[in-house]
Amino acid sequence: MSQSDVTREGLRGKRPDRDATTGVNLPRRWRGKHRAERPVVPPAEFTSYYGKPIINSPVWESPDIPGYLFLGGLAGGCSLLAAGSDLTGRGVLARVTKSGAFAAGALSVVALVHDLGRPGRFLNMMRVFKVTSPMSVGSWLLGGYVPAAGVAAASALTGRARWAGAAATAGAALLAPGVASYTAALISDTAVPAWHDAYPEMPFKFTGSGMMAAGGLGLLTRLLPGAGPGETEPARNLALIGWAMESAAMERMQHRIGLSAEPYSEGRGGRYVKAGKVLGALGAAGAALSGRSRIAAAAGGAALLAASAATRWGIFHAGLASAGDPKYTVVPQRQRLNERARANGAADGQDRA
Amino acid sequence: MSANGERAVTWLPEIRTRGLRSALSGPALSGGADPADLSGYPDHPPRMGFFTDTSVCIGCKACEVACKEWNHVPEDGLNLLGMSYDNTGGLGADTWRHVAFIEQRKPVAMQDAGVSHAGVALPPDGSGTPPEQAAMTPTTPGGPADQLRWLMASDVCKHCTHAACLDVCPTGALIRTEFGTVVVQEDVCNGCGYCIPACPYGVIDQRKGDGRAWKCTLCYDRISDGMEPACAKACPTNSIQFGPLDELRERADRRVTELLAAGVADAQLYGRDPGDGVGGDGAFFLLLDEPEVYGLPPDPVVTTRDLPSMWRHVGAAAAVMAGGAVAAFAATIFGGRR
Repeated sequence: MSQSDVTREGLRGKRPDRDATTGVNLPRRWRGKHRAERPVVPPAEFTSYYGKPIINSPVWESPDIPGYLFLGGLAGGCSLLAAGSDLTGRGVLARVTKSGAFAAGALSVVALVHDLGRPGRFLNMMRVFKVTSPMSVGSWLLGGYVPAAGVAAASALTGRARWAGAAATAGAALLAPGVASYTAALISDTAVPAWHDAYPEMPFKFTGSGMMAAGGLGLLTRLLPGAGPGETEPARNLALIGWAMESAAMERMQHRIGLSAEPYSEGRGGRYVKAGKVLGALGAAGAALSGRSRIAAAAGGAALLAASAATRWGIFHAGLASAGDPKYTVVPQRQRLNERARANGAADGQDRA
Repeated sequence: MSANGERAVTWLPEIRTRGLRSALSGPALSGGADPADLSGYPDHPPRMGFFTDTSVCIGCKACEVACKEWNHVPEDGLNLLGMSYDNTGGLGADTWRHVAFIEQRKPVAMQDAGVSHAGVALPPDGSGTPPEQAAMTPTTPGGPADQLRWLMASDVCKHCTHAACLDVCPTGALIRTEFGTVVVQEDVCNGCGYCIPACPYGVIDQRKGDGRAWKCTLCYDRISDGMEPACAKACPTNSIQFGPLDELRERADRRVTELLAAGVADAQLYGRDPGDGVGGDGAFFLLLDEPEVYGLPPDPVVTTRDLPSMWRHVGAAAAVMAGGAVAAFAATIFGGRR
């Protein structure tokens, strides 16, 4: 009910709700980012519907989904290390990485199922096989990979069924690169600008991150009795290769995709990405020194694992931020339209001339 | 909606007809193709859709109500959003029709209210929403003070020719119907949520407390029985028009020509072009301003258009990873440190 009086001079005793300025009272998440902060670069000009997001944000939750991305990479890297350790006779490293592969793979499935709106219907994933759905491809991949990794780990820990264990180790290693990389297609195959626009680099970030994490776990083996520098040398190499690849892919992506890269350096996503970079550099340094010092090896390994996880959390939150702000959807699309119109206009001009 | 349940295996024709190779090369992107043909329906009715002519929308929201009643869509929050006469906000699991409301300092072409308020002393701030203060609204600041128009538009699922939600659904819960529309089978959906960020329009969403994804079905049950969808039936101004898509497109072309001739400079069709990023919408619109003003993406592209390239990059990255592992072990052998 209105509390104001209508007089000849206008309204008197107006309450602020009548004066409420459109857009100002919106929840924070509906507002454009540039309203809250004052950036150095002037904000991109764009129109939106009361600052509301255009696309619906993923309903995927943390820690389920970023954890699922991290664990998939870790599992994949571990299975490769495990197969190589078997071939080169590194028993301790093989046992650690086989156990790590199975634990990470199984946990990633648990995280995925936990995130479902109807976990009881998980098996509906096996109803179809669709290459147009990276989640469908991934479900089948995990369906083959996790049991293989389980048999490999069980055989390594119990010392029984060595032939089955060797076959399972080989099978898991064959599927491992797929397990570590399909999640990149999974998140890129969405309308989320920060994820979709990064699709060429995303798989390299993900496999690099997986190698880094698995190498990190391998370096932790040094804490176990009987594991000298020679035992963990391949883990160190894998970690360094992965770290270099992940960092290069991230760098290239952030320079290439323009506005869509903004959430990777701002806000919550940006903080995780930054933490990932610092931890990655520290971990790489620890890995480089792992031949000389057990402590450096273990600390470096832990830092690499944390770096891989932080990057996944960063990518996850950057995606949410880019979905929640209409700017990231409207500005590039509008630019595309304007460029197309300009190109058409130029073509028309040539036709006339 | 048992009709949907009975069609639980209609994903099969899609895989069968298009096969693995064409599925690998991504969704068929030849403009103008009939999605029901692509999905392998040998003998099917014409593609049905909506043409929403927002120039005659009066913002009554009868479509929202009719949709909720017919489809048993639960309450979507009894909120006052404090932004306009729109208190629904946007499309989601529990909002399958959404009426947008926009206030602008722009002239309504060729309209004359026939009354003059020149002699009446109006309060200086009568409208309650001073547009120049509302930077985040589409309201254009600084326009002539005597010009004001309201735009109203009923938004709905676009039933894309190339539907990202359907492509990415890992359970086959999302299907293409014989009418060329896109429907979720609620008895199959396991709530993985993949379709939600895949939709370039922000249509489909997860229902809280239920876990599954929901959206407009273009009243699959009604149109299967030869009736028009509830929203179109309830629309008092024929802003929502239902029919075979070919007919609707012709009608829309005539209408936009008419409006442009009448001086409505910004009148434009949205989602009508079969050559656009989603192959044209099954539900398209006549808008009086740019799409983003209504909360619609200006140039949506089906995300799976890039999927073949994504898979190639994944393959390359996987190969590099395997190579990296080989190198990591080879270095220990040739490094001679063991």
